[in-house]
Amino acid sequence: MNVEKTLSCLAPGEKAVVKELSTQGCMRRRFLDIGLIEDTPVECIGRSPAGDPSAYLIRGAVIAIRAEDSASIKLA
Amino acid sequence: MGLTRNAVGIGAIDSGLIIRKQSEDDRVIALAGNPNVGKSTVFNSLTGMNQHTGNWPGKTVTNAQGYCKSRRNQYVMVDIPGTYSLFAHSTEEEVARNFICFGDPDAVVVVCDATCLERNLNLVLQTIEISPNVVVCVNLMDEAKRKHISIDLKQISRLLGVPVVGTIARKRSTLDSLLTAIDGVVENTRSTAPTLVTYPREIEDAISTIAPVIDELVSGRISSRWLSLRLLDSDESLVNEISAYFGESFLHDERLQKTIEKVRTTLLEHGVSSDKLKDMIVSSIVKKAQSICECSVTYASSAYNKRDRQIDSFLTSKWTGYPVMLILLCLIFYLTITVANYPSELIAKGLAWIQDRLSELFVALGSPQWLHDVVVLGIYHVLAWVVSVMLPPMAIFFPMFTLLEDVGYLPRIAYNLDKPFRMCNACGKQALTMCMGFGCNAAGIVGCRIIDSPREKLLAILTNNFVPCNGRFPTLIAIISMFFVGTACGFFPSLLSAVILTCVIVLGIAMTFFSTKLLSSTILKGVPSSFTLELPPYRKPQIGKVIVRSLLDRTLFVLARAVAVAAPAGLIIWIAANVSVGDASILSHCADFFDPFARLMGLDGVILIAFVLGLPANEIVVPIIIMAYMAQGSLLELDSIAQMRDLFIANGWTWVTAVCTMLFSLMHWPCTTALLTIKNETGSIKWTAVAFLLPTLFGILSCMLVSGMARLFGIG
Repeated sequence: MNVEKTLSCLAPGEKAVVKELSTQGCMRRRFLDIGLIEDTPVECIGRSPAGDPSAYLIRGAVIAIRAEDSASIKLA
Repeated sequence: MGLTRNAVGIGAIDSGLIIRKQSEDDRVIALAGNPNVGKSTVFNSLTGMNQHTGNWPGKTVTNAQGYCKSRRNQYVMVDIPGTYSLFAHSTEEEVARNFICFGDPDAVVVVCDATCLERNLNLVLQTIEISPNVVVCVNLMDEAKRKHISIDLKQISRLLGVPVVGTIARKRSTLDSLLTAIDGVVENTRSTAPTLVTYPREIEDAISTIAPVIDELVSGRISSRWLSLRLLDSDESLVNEISAYFGESFLHDERLQKTIEKVRTTLLEHGVSSDKLKDMIVSSIVKKAQSICECSVTYASSAYNKRDRQIDSFLTSKWTGYPVMLILLCLIFYLTITVANYPSELIAKGLAWIQDRLSELFVALGSPQWLHDVVVLGIYHVLAWVVSVMLPPMAIFFPMFTLLEDVGYLPRIAYNLDKPFRMCNACGKQALTMCMGFGCNAAGIVGCRIIDSPREKLLAILTNNFVPCNGRFPTLIAIISMFFVGTACGFFPSLLSAVILTCVIVLGIAMTFFSTKLLSSTILKGVPSSFTLELPPYRKPQIGKVIVRSLLDRTLFVLARAVAVAAPAGLIIWIAANVSVGDASILSHCADFFDPFARLMGLDGVILIAFVLGLPANEIVVPIIIMAYMAQGSLLELDSIAQMRDLFIANGWTWVTAVCTMLFSLMHWPCTTALLTIKNETGSIKWTAVAFLLPTLFGILSCMLVSGMARLFGIG
């Protein structure tokens, strides 16, 4: 099985498009609320001083997400 | 005008929502919106109230209400918490949804951020599903203009089928068109024909099967389309609300239950599981918002937020992130200390002059000596101290802090500190509540509602008191300047004070981390939950407004508290210090009783009793100490910090006493307001007791440690 690329792999400055969310429940809902659905373009903007969480540009808003959570967002 | 006082932060305790109309004809307007879109600013501008505003998501955690008039109507505006959606995952989202659905507002105004319209339209579309009486207020048009984003409001209005108004909430005049639009909607002169989101066929079929059943049961009381979706979605947080609103029998209706059951089976046959259903619903809404924006919003340049990114890369980078935080904290303290010196001295002189005149008046009226002493040396003195020493630092610190908040720096602090907090199994948003604690711990504790996980929220509540509030840090400043820096003004002493104070605060923050870790590895075990936090765009702060508002609010607040707490406390303490039982005053009996234990902590009985008596308000701790010492014989005219120092030294203070007093001031029980708030928020006496004991134990232990070390090494 090849390793799929997830949002947590994005380095600051890189852009990608969301393929699917592999998380369920509350976290999935929250992602959906901020507009993270299939085909949404995302860009990693930076990391916090301690290296985690990272900030992403999603539909015009900057959202900080922890690596363990963003690892569940698969990219195309 | 019942609520005006409450909005200043005095009424931090939420008493639930009861709409108070001024007259029967008042119309109720709900103010909804995503977090951090300037909703509170719109609310304040409309109502002329001063609900606290700040540039970070989740600031309004309870419903606030105020009144405003348009040309034709009178309105009760209800500021509901900012939410991304109405699917209710957290308390504040539930509060928002419940009010829109079941609060029967005459209209809902959805405030949107013009610079981030697409995401905001999500909530608009969800609101339109519930109620057709919606007005969309696209706020922050000035920020959009600055970023060269042009928005075709007419086009959006056409696409949504409801009125859309562009505003700059900071400018009251731009809100007139909003009021006109609201007038139109509530009077039905402007018809709304909301465009509903069209869902995939399977879902539309499902709705058309359930909706008629709902219509039969509760005709016209709620959008049956919306309720069908929610019932299909089995949104558990809704069950109670629906039962309360329609009566228990509604959900138990056999036909309704059977229909839902049948529809679910049909959906499953089409491969739509309940998770898939949620996805499809949300995706349809998001796509709709996207398509509306695609044909009405244009970005002149793709680098419209370049400046924000540059600031971010400085404020949150690996090398500069933490140092900048420390330097900013230190700078604020430095300015507070330096600037506060002047008004402090002036007010002290003025109040001393008034005291002399008061004394003369008493002599002239021939009143007995004891009456003079009670009123002037008791009540007036404590009041004067609180006003002259406590007020200036608060009045300066608060506006500066509010400016940071207004610009949008606070969420960056949470962003920077998330990792450290997570290592304590907590959440970065705790940093936001910690920051609020600087203003007032009770406000910080209410603010903990922004944290979704109940466990992490409890951690934040229990540890909030380790951040010294506005009522405590003037005490710290006073002790620092008395014992560690000298009382001279000037660049270096002030800077040194600021650095020492910063160290004390950093210690408080370190204790916050330590106790959070301790709690989460003992009685509040658990793993950190997930975390998403919006980092809002930086905004130009409303400098003038912030200064005036917070000066005014803080000054009034402190004065009100001084009168309410300090004056009676002054009276009681004066009596305790001057009425003798046997060979000594009541106060010295008490002090003697506490003395042995206090000595172990490097304090004396008087200091400890001052903290005990200071339970209603930390502001009065130092005046109690002063009065107790003065009553013990060494009578002094106290109008400068230097004389205060002499008084303290005459009563046996050394630098060890000073350090221990500072430590205990940083770590002891929360004041009564904070305790009541904790009781209210946790709903449990047990957790309130923990919140009381935790900082107290840490305080006692660290004081004992310091004084014990000092004794051991024979210093001090």
